[in-house]
Amino acid sequence: MKRSGFLLAVACLLGLSHAALAQKQGGTLRVTHRDNPPSASILEEATISTDMPFMAVFNNLVVFDPASPVNRLDKVVPDLATSWAWTDDDRTLTFKLHHGVKWHDGQPFTSADVKCTWDMLTGKVQGKLRKNPRKTWWFNIKDVVTDGDDTVIFHLYDPQPSIMAMFAGGFSPVYPCHVPANEMRTHPIGTGPFKFESFKQNESIRLVRNPDYWKPGKPYLDAIEYTIIPNRSTMVLAMAAGKFDLSFTSDLTPELTKSLMEQVPTMQCVLQPTNTQGNLLVNRERPPFDNEQIRKAMVLSIDRKAFSDILSQGVFQVGGANMPPPEGFWGWSKEYMETVAGYGADVEKSREQGRAIMKALGYGPDNMLQLKVTTRNIPDYRDAAVILIDHLKSIYIQAELEPLDSSVWYARLARKDFSVAMNVQGTGIDDPDVQFFENFLCGSERNYTSYCNADLEKLFHKQSQMKDIDARRKLVWDIDKKLQEDGARPVVFHAEAGTCWWPRVHGINIAKNSIYNHWRFEDVWLDR
Amino acid sequence: MIQYTLRRLGLMAVTLFGVSVAIFVLLRIVPGNIADILFDSAGMIDPAEKQQIVKDLGLDLPLVTQYAHWIGGLLHGDLGYSYVSEKPVLDEILPRIPITARLAGLALLFAICTGVPFGVISAVRQNSWLDYLLRVVSLAALSMPSFWLGLLVLMAFVNWLGLLPIYDKAPATTGAAILMYCVPAATVGLRSSALIMRLTRSSMLEVLRQDYVRTARSKGLSEAAVTFTHALRNAMLPVITVIGIETAFLFGGLIVTETVFNIPGVARFLVEAIRWRDYPMVQNLVMFIAIVVVSVNLIVDLAYMLVDPRIRLRT
Repeated sequence: MKRSGFLLAVACLLGLSHAALAQKQGGTLRVTHRDNPPSASILEEATISTDMPFMAVFNNLVVFDPASPVNRLDKVVPDLATSWAWTDDDRTLTFKLHHGVKWHDGQPFTSADVKCTWDMLTGKVQGKLRKNPRKTWWFNIKDVVTDGDDTVIFHLYDPQPSIMAMFAGGFSPVYPCHVPANEMRTHPIGTGPFKFESFKQNESIRLVRNPDYWKPGKPYLDAIEYTIIPNRSTMVLAMAAGKFDLSFTSDLTPELTKSLMEQVPTMQCVLQPTNTQGNLLVNRERPPFDNEQIRKAMVLSIDRKAFSDILSQGVFQVGGANMPPPEGFWGWSKEYMETVAGYGADVEKSREQGRAIMKALGYGPDNMLQLKVTTRNIPDYRDAAVILIDHLKSIYIQAELEPLDSSVWYARLARKDFSVAMNVQGTGIDDPDVQFFENFLCGSERNYTSYCNADLEKLFHKQSQMKDIDARRKLVWDIDKKLQEDGARPVVFHAEAGTCWWPRVHGINIAKNSIYNHWRFEDVWLDR
Repeated sequence: MIQYTLRRLGLMAVTLFGVSVAIFVLLRIVPGNIADILFDSAGMIDPAEKQQIVKDLGLDLPLVTQYAHWIGGLLHGDLGYSYVSEKPVLDEILPRIPITARLAGLALLFAICTGVPFGVISAVRQNSWLDYLLRVVSLAALSMPSFWLGLLVLMAFVNWLGLLPIYDKAPATTGAAILMYCVPAATVGLRSSALIMRLTRSSMLEVLRQDYVRTARSKGLSEAAVTFTHALRNAMLPVITVIGIETAFLFGGLIVTETVFNIPGVARFLVEAIRWRDYPMVQNLVMFIAIVVVSVNLIVDLAYMLVDPRIRLRT
């Protein structure tokens, strides 16, 4: 027994040392990029186009464990912070910081940089950021104070355990205080494993190894090169031809992922939720949609499975506001979903109820309600809107498609200048706080439908303060159910897409419930 | 000749002024501006922040003032700053011009080198199997959309040769550059080649029936001398016009080829700049293309005089 235990230990050690030795230093990782990022400043953008290529330039205070396949609160590990501690009232969070970390320009990293970053994000310092898309994430931060160079303290208005998830997200890097915000948009400076080298508009992004990285021995790669290939067909061919090592995250539709795997059987591919959902926006301030009954009938007309089948051959998932399981942690279970109005398996029965409502309101086959379905004029939005128009016909609504140029789309949403719209939106983190406060809080900038329910809002805050994860999840399900049944922003589908890489790339670990994290590449190496 | 050239240069200046006003006004008529687009990517709208961007970029100034700023800067060689990259427009445009110029140049070379000889052959061998073959091929080339042809070519390369002739990094040597541009140039040049071939053929057929060609033959000149020295020179006038038009097209209209072969040239950049309502970038790129087009037209007109002495004498 002793002998076998010894052998096992030796075998494990050999295995571990082999794994450690196997990591090869050097090489340039070639990655495709789907489009031209609006800027290099992660804090100012809300798109994966900026987050993925520039995440490796930075560090966070904490990160989701890069080795874990899920991004969850219990998987948060230190990054620039060595440790953190909450006070007993859960309103003060203290981070101890790594000593001796330097920015890429040689300046020392201190607690002042952390304070400066969150003062910008909470809006306490005006004019530094041109845009601040995630201001709502930090609504609960009262102030940030430093205690020497290596300690930073966050004072919160209320307890909020899930704020750690927001600190750990790829969208929350620490910025240097001494670098102007406009320079961060064109030439970012970070503490991360890779230094920014160049960003050629519509052409490429190149990062090079930071030889002074504060994590000894890392990173393994010499450089990372992103080539911007907007044409998906060209990108797939380029991947198949081996010109690139890794595809841009979730850039491949389920069908393309399948096709690429058939073309190159050794290709490693992962299909995962893209943290984006299609949802129906109904302007409840504009007649006749101020009538709750019409909104309810519209919800009952939706056949979510049909959306999934048509748009993705059944790959897209059905759920509420939160990402559905198994990937999502906060989404409804299948059994619970059956109890939500409009989510039952019998779509025809739901539509019959919808038709009865519409008939009671005076509509029918000879007197259909005429409306426009507004949407953004790009395929992801437009295709879903066309299906929606078809479904609305089943409850006596004759809709016309109104596709809008991207430049007009958000402006119209902000002005509430629409009656019914088909929207596709992303969420940075699989966490109810992000979802609820960003999209459903009374008066939130992103609350496009102006849904406002004071009682529910109290529950938003209640769930946010809960430490017991199971109890919180139960409450989150109930909140989500109420949101869907109220037609606050009926969710139609949760999208999925693929990421592929050649077997020569090692150390890629994709989080199954987020496309926005795990792109620091400090553990990635090439075996060419 | 000098007077004619000066008159054409004057017309060029007027045309460019008209283009500058048109592009300036058209861009402002299109709904949405850069502030809208910047917020599109973020999905968040704070009217105060947005207004600040509009003010910072000078978009709240009267249109006449904005136009004067642009043209004033342009005349002094200052093209302004890109709204998106926040870099000088000149720094963004300059590296892309040689890329498009190389692609367009090679495409044009391919089109002329194949289109003119095949056109002549097709005319000289009228109604032979070779003529029929060339006419069918040219018709097919004219009918094929370039994005489809481009993708077919890429697929063929991947499947049969296991490589992909797309632009992924700047080629280090001239040889590497020629190799990289050859496939996209041939793909885009095929349409121009077909057009030139068909035009050369019909023009040659018309000229070959002229009395002076019969006279040349009756003098006992060789068929090659009749075809190339007497007929082709006269048949080239409409062909030169088309070559001029194709040159202008190739400088500004390569968007599909640049997208399929992932070439970071002027056309792809222009479309992206329009999408972002990056006014300084779009205005200056369009002006650049307009300058190329009017310059090519001038060169074509001057070439007429060289080819046809009658035009020279009339002017």
